[in-house]
Amino acid sequence: MNAVISQLPPLLIVVPILGALLALLLGKWKRSFAYPITLAMIGFQFAVSLVLMESVMDGEVIHYYLGGWPPPLGIELVIDSFNSFVLVVILALALLTAVWAREGADLDIVPEKRVSFFVVFQLLVTGLCGMAVTGDLFNLYVFLEISSIAAYTLVAAGRNPRSLIAGFNYLILGSIAAGFIVLGIGYLYIATGTLNMGELAVMLPAHYGQATVYAAFLFMMIGFSIKVAFFPLHLWLPDAYTEAPAAVTILIATATSKVTAYAMLRVIFSVFTLQYVTESFPVTELVLIIAAVAIIAGAVLAIAQDNLKRMLAYSSISQMGYIMFALGVANQAALAGGILHIMAHAVMKGCLFMVAGMIIYRTGFTAIRQLSGLSRRMPVACAAFALAGASMIGIPPTIGFMSKYYLVLGAVEAGEYLAAAVLLAGSLLAAVYIWKVIEVMYFGDVHDEDLGGGLEAPVSMMVPVIILAASCLLLGIFVELPLEVVGPAAAMLLGGG
Amino acid sequence: MENLLAFIATRYIYIMTIILMMIGLYALIAKKNLVKKVIGLNIFQTAIFLFYISFSDVDGGTAPIFLPDGVSATYVNPIPHVLILTAIVVGLAITAVALAIVVGIYEEYQVTGEDGLQEVMKRQ
Amino acid sequence: MRENVVIRTVCRLFVPFIQLFALYVIVHGASGPGGGFQGGVIFATSFILLLIAFGLPCVRGRFGRSWIRAYAACGIIIFAGVGLTCILFSGNFLEYAAIETALGIPHLQTLMIDIVEAGIGITVMAVMTSIILDFVGKEEEEPL
Repeated sequence: MNAVISQLPPLLIVVPILGALLALLLGKWKRSFAYPITLAMIGFQFAVSLVLMESVMDGEVIHYYLGGWPPPLGIELVIDSFNSFVLVVILALALLTAVWAREGADLDIVPEKRVSFFVVFQLLVTGLCGMAVTGDLFNLYVFLEISSIAAYTLVAAGRNPRSLIAGFNYLILGSIAAGFIVLGIGYLYIATGTLNMGELAVMLPAHYGQATVYAAFLFMMIGFSIKVAFFPLHLWLPDAYTEAPAAVTILIATATSKVTAYAMLRVIFSVFTLQYVTESFPVTELVLIIAAVAIIAGAVLAIAQDNLKRMLAYSSISQMGYIMFALGVANQAALAGGILHIMAHAVMKGCLFMVAGMIIYRTGFTAIRQLSGLSRRMPVACAAFALAGASMIGIPPTIGFMSKYYLVLGAVEAGEYLAAAVLLAGSLLAAVYIWKVIEVMYFGDVHDEDLGGGLEAPVSMMVPVIILAASCLLLGIFVELPLEVVGPAAAMLLGGG
Repeated sequence: MENLLAFIATRYIYIMTIILMMIGLYALIAKKNLVKKVIGLNIFQTAIFLFYISFSDVDGGTAPIFLPDGVSATYVNPIPHVLILTAIVVGLAITAVALAIVVGIYEEYQVTGEDGLQEVMKRQ
Repeated sequence: MRENVVIRTVCRLFVPFIQLFALYVIVHGASGPGGGFQGGVIFATSFILLLIAFGLPCVRGRFGRSWIRAYAACGIIIFAGVGLTCILFSGNFLEYAAIETALGIPHLQTLMIDIVEAGIGITVMAVMTSIILDFVGKEEEEPL
């Protein structure tokens, strides 16, 4: 059994690629075969990620050498507590999105393209998994590009012709970002001669004063900031999230942004260790200020929106500011809060985007003012929206409150009282835009009288929504369970592991 | 002045690569036609690849093939070449997807320029 | 008219040599410039030459959508299959040395590298050809 577990990391990536091929070939023969294979593959990946998380819970790290060549000759896959936590979160979200997309994909994808949609969906999830498990910088870039290209294709695949333009914008900005990242990797290779993340962490401190390492750090930070949509570089995000097909928006809002944020934190803390970021090239203050601006600006822009999905997109920009806030403060509590927020935001935003998709599926309404009185027609969907929204605001005991609590704790411990005030202000602004929707849904007059009653969405779309909404509450109540993994992960990042 | 000349003489590759990168970025930002933007992206990526290959060169190095007699010969570093192969494939895939999207935009709106696109968006 | 005959004859002469060169580049990837991707692209250029000289229906007749899909799948299956076979022989993924020590055939490691490169070459050829054919043949809207 141990032999099977030790060979699991590459199977996480290779078997789903073969599965995607199988789905493509069988799907061209008979269209209904593509979806079950995709669902089975994502389910397999989720099971593998649970097994991997269980093996690294007690602090041991799995190193897997591809081809049997140890680093620096070969590429290695590293799985530790931070990795496996992010992997479990994104694969759970991907599985729920796949279940949701059984009916939800019909909203935007013409039936002829359904097979290709699910194959590219599978490749996107596989690329994200590869990005999460790799321990080599250039391999990280390759998987980042695999998942990004799949994301560009999926965003441009909607029925709405504006999705093509949104996809093109996303592609151009994402490719420039990838170009910057590869330049940064090149500079690191010039400085040290190795691409392995563990070895770089050991070899870089000797080069800390050099301009090459400064340039590498700047290029990689800017490249990852564009990919993560960190405030001033976020301009691709609202259009991409709004115009993409509903199932795609859920996946990229929850999984892609989280794994890219993970990659940024991993590069900053495990390659350029904490000492570099705070002493040799102190950017933490700057990141803190920009993150604070991101939180406020994203929330203010969200309040001004009329389209439901666009409001949620700007809210995502604000929430990514929270995760970067953890980077800016960089102590144990704040990092634990940031990693917990990766999970919390994935669950909350997944639920909110799923409800938005369900509303569009059943009623075709995209604007917030059209949602008036919706609670009488879609009670479960609106209840889930209310619960996830409450978690987004940070009402105890939901998971959103827990992650924000740790972030505020970290800020106060570091003496950044103004930043803690900004966090609380962000929660207030989130309350404004969430309450705007809830008020319209619950206290507005019914919009169209002749649509009848009982217009809930199909079961396969309801089940993931209910699971995610319940998780917002349950994960907050039983927050010690994630904290068992997140606490050591944050400590390991700070220790330069 | 001699310092500047010596600087350029030894590092002209880097300066040329940066100029090429800037040309690519200029084409990406300033050109209105979508296909020209994609070409600008290609130029930008090619400049990055040239930069990688340029620093893999060793003075007087030979091709990195394992010769039966000399293992300790000076050879060019092969790892950046391998990295660039992968990056070229990635660039190719990005170009293919970008052109497919541009063809889709053309079929949908019958424009390939950005100003044409903005007009169409305003009309909608 | 006369140019057409010249172009068609020259292309008909060139295509086998281009394909032979492509196979040479694929096989010599381990000890010279070359490898799977480069050889696959050169192989695809032979089909593009056919496309330019003879037009789309000729190439589509030889290389329909299902064949392209089959070739692309075949290449990836070779690559992933070799990797998974190495796991079956109790090595790591893509650890050819495990198969070599298990089966005892000398130089199997270098042979495996060539097999994997061939797989990559097949996939790259199929994908490049399908990209060009899909862009050129936009009028026939067969649902993808």
